[in-house]
Amino acid sequence: MIQHLSLNIEETAAVILFGIGFTILLLHRNLIKKIMGMNIMDTATYLFLASKGYITGRAVPIVVDGVQEVSAYINPVPSGLVLTGIVVSVSTTALMLSLTIRLYERYHSLDLDEILILAKEEERT
Amino acid sequence: MNFVQNFPFFSIILAMFSGIVSSVLDGRKARNLSLAMIAVTTALSAGTLLFCLGSGESYTFMMGHFPAPWGNEIRAGILEGVTAIFFGIIMFLAVLGGLDHTAEDVEEKKLNLFYIMIDLMLSSLLALVYTNDLFTAYVFVEINTIAGCGLIMIRQKGRSMSAAIRYMIMSQLGSGLFLIGLSILYDVTGHLLMSPARESVELLVAAGSYRIPMLVIMAVIGVGLAIKSGLYPFHYWIPDTYGYATPTASAVLSGLVSKGYIFLLIKIFYRVLGYDNLVSSQMVNVLYVFGITGMVMGSIHAIHETDTRRMTAYSSVAQIGYIYMGMGLGTSYGMVAAVFHIFTHSATKALLFISAVGLYEVSGDKKDYISLRGAGYRNPLAGIGFTVGALSMVGFPMLSGFISKLLFATSALESPHKMLPTIIVLAVSTTLNAVYFLRLVITLYSRRRPEDAPIPETRARSSWQLRLAILCFIGVNLVLGLASQPIVQAIRDGLAMFG
Amino acid sequence: MSRRKDNYETSRWLKFKKWVDGETDLLSIGMEPEVPVSSEGKERRRDLARRKAYDQELIRLSAEHADKTAIMKARSIRYFQKFYKVMSVVLCLGIILVLLWTVASLPVTGNADNPANNEVAARYIEKGLQETGAVNIVTGMILDYRAFDTFGESCVLFIASCCVLVLLRLDADSKNENIRKMIAESDDRHFEPKNDIILQKCACVLVPVIMIFGIYIVLNGHLSPGGGFSGGAVLGSGLILYLNAYGYDRMSRLFTEKVYKRTTLCALTFYCLAKSYSFFTGANHLESGIPLGTPGAILSSGLILPLNICVGLVVACTMYAFYTLFRKGGM
Repeated sequence: MIQHLSLNIEETAAVILFGIGFTILLLHRNLIKKIMGMNIMDTATYLFLASKGYITGRAVPIVVDGVQEVSAYINPVPSGLVLTGIVVSVSTTALMLSLTIRLYERYHSLDLDEILILAKEEERT
Repeated sequence: MNFVQNFPFFSIILAMFSGIVSSVLDGRKARNLSLAMIAVTTALSAGTLLFCLGSGESYTFMMGHFPAPWGNEIRAGILEGVTAIFFGIIMFLAVLGGLDHTAEDVEEKKLNLFYIMIDLMLSSLLALVYTNDLFTAYVFVEINTIAGCGLIMIRQKGRSMSAAIRYMIMSQLGSGLFLIGLSILYDVTGHLLMSPARESVELLVAAGSYRIPMLVIMAVIGVGLAIKSGLYPFHYWIPDTYGYATPTASAVLSGLVSKGYIFLLIKIFYRVLGYDNLVSSQMVNVLYVFGITGMVMGSIHAIHETDTRRMTAYSSVAQIGYIYMGMGLGTSYGMVAAVFHIFTHSATKALLFISAVGLYEVSGDKKDYISLRGAGYRNPLAGIGFTVGALSMVGFPMLSGFISKLLFATSALESPHKMLPTIIVLAVSTTLNAVYFLRLVITLYSRRRPEDAPIPETRARSSWQLRLAILCFIGVNLVLGLASQPIVQAIRDGLAMFG
Repeated sequence: MSRRKDNYETSRWLKFKKWVDGETDLLSIGMEPEVPVSSEGKERRRDLARRKAYDQELIRLSAEHADKTAIMKARSIRYFQKFYKVMSVVLCLGIILVLLWTVASLPVTGNADNPANNEVAARYIEKGLQETGAVNIVTGMILDYRAFDTFGESCVLFIASCCVLVLLRLDADSKNENIRKMIAESDDRHFEPKNDIILQKCACVLVPVIMIFGIYIVLNGHLSPGGGFSGGAVLGSGLILYLNAYGYDRMSRLFTEKVYKRTTLCALTFYCLAKSYSFFTGANHLESGIPLGTPGAILSSGLILPLNICVGLVVACTMYAFYTLFRKGGM
């Protein structure tokens, strides 16, 4: 199994980063660190996807010299998926950062547990 | 190719286009455009449904000049048509009912942004219903998430924003899991479109290769979508989210957003993974156990609550547990019951939230039990609406909840192992539902005591939009309850051609 | 006759009746965290909060109270913190191990006969140039074969920018007192480097180069690596550099909120209509009537070039809008 993992080294690295990012997003209390964890998780997924398309010894899928053989280029599909995914990741990061800014302006804290307690109290009064 | 077959595509594009155009309109024009668009797309979905009923089979629509598996495509059938019509009706009534509250809660300059979110939310729901491609489903799941977040935080009160960030965090966990499951599926099968992927999956299962990745794919996609729709252990974001949004947003979020993800999960089960593979891999048992736990624990949490909006939100957790229990039964009867309960719950929960708004209006905008005492006399229509919704949740005959509980019980009889736990939990859960809902109904209709504080009159009468919406929701509930047979038959036919 | 029972006040029936009326909670066991609500306690809590030591604060409070239950609670909270840390590491390792176990059964990377390299990829490579007219196969794929996904992705960007607008935009002509105060506070023009020589000279040289490079990337999306998204990001960064060097006054001669709204509206509308035309003609098996041109020329590949330009404009405007909203609440 270790040998198979070392053959798929990109996917192994991607999966380890995914687990780390997932846990940070779930369990850390600081909002900025959660957003960083989300970015690590998303980037790890794109690394995983991008390594799917790679074929050893072949070139980037841009047609040069009119060569259109399948054996000359790597698989173009995962590259397109990663393009879409990056834009989605940027959008959600921007949204979460703006929420963090507004929450910080209001409660002067970046700790999610504390913000929830302060919000609950503010509502009670 | 019939012209009617273009209707699903038209409805999705129309919803997105009206969202784009609303970015330069002001609040009132955006609102009217939104309402008109929802009405038109519902009519288009009705046309699709009639066509599919006439032809008796589902058809695919190529998005572009290339067929599957090279180009994108959407697929329309009976079940998709029925679901699209329901989502359209409920969204229309929710937007109509909360019209004036939305105008008060949201800043005037940002009102058109609210209606952009509503338009794009409807477009993403329609796309999730009709899509036949996994990556398109992921992109529209993200649109759904961001639109939902926008609806929650539009009020910009502290509690709404903290609820919004909690919602985004849990949603991103679910999306991340869904995307990695999708990537592993692409790696093993090489297809992103659902029907070709299904053929590859069948070949792999028959050959017995890649057994571990298939198991992990089922688990990861299941858990990812379960987090996003609020299944029991992952439900922590629900009470804050549904409880502190504007009335329209609460109705839309509780009624429609989770249902879109559940529909996508059912679609993946039928069209990609194969329902038989799922049953034989015991994944359905996991969903079943979580569903049953959710049914009971959701109701227990609801009994603890004193804020009535959070109580209604916790009862959503219980109802989503019902749907997952139906899916986890492992038979086609169970799936029919689950899909019917999707419709029931959407209609009833939206009715509950909209009528509750009418009740809060005459109780000084307070939401606890003591202020609501006697509210049923002060606002009779909202009181009747809330009572009908509560009785439907409990399962009173003639209302829609009774039919769904009947369907769940009869489908439980089909599967021998799960029959006894299902029926016991159904009974327990109905009792618990009755405890907190009927308690609120009794409070609504008790007379105020002399020692209660006097209520400030915030509003003389509810607006006509609110009253019309409550009446229509009661109508939808009665239709589902009394005329359920054709709908159940349509669901059954739709599921047969769904795979 | 009806005589009240002696212990009516503590009887179960009265407790039940009170619970039905909503005055008490029958099952509540005090599940909420107990935090002191006094105003003096609030100040103290705010100060302590900045030190971010949650359990130290509780232990200090409990030491001051010198109450046995408070000490027990603090101790149990400390144990819970340790347990929480251990469980989070266990969860992380669990997820990683499950996924590693999967990766060990997946096909080897780089192998030519993986399941992923099937007839789908083969057709894109072999016939992509003839069917889409694009030399860059990936651009042909995302803007022609799988164009619906790209349309959805543009809408993701659009709706995210709407959400950020909701949260961060401060309307200058709003009647709300709070908003006027926030606008006055965020006016940091006296902190802006007024005519900073180094920055302005560098920007003078760099901004034209960046903009031309960005336009080059957008226009060459179908011929070489590039496309609307990457080109738009470069254009956006050029605009941000110009804003930082020359300030809002000079920028508002070129790019105001009106320009932003109109550009995004036109670009997205054109994208929507063009793609709908393409989908409609494709599904109904009609001829699309858009010439594909000669591969390798700039004006080729049908709709791909206009679509790249639209996407580039939208992304550039969105990046610039994010910057100005985060910094000052609007343009």
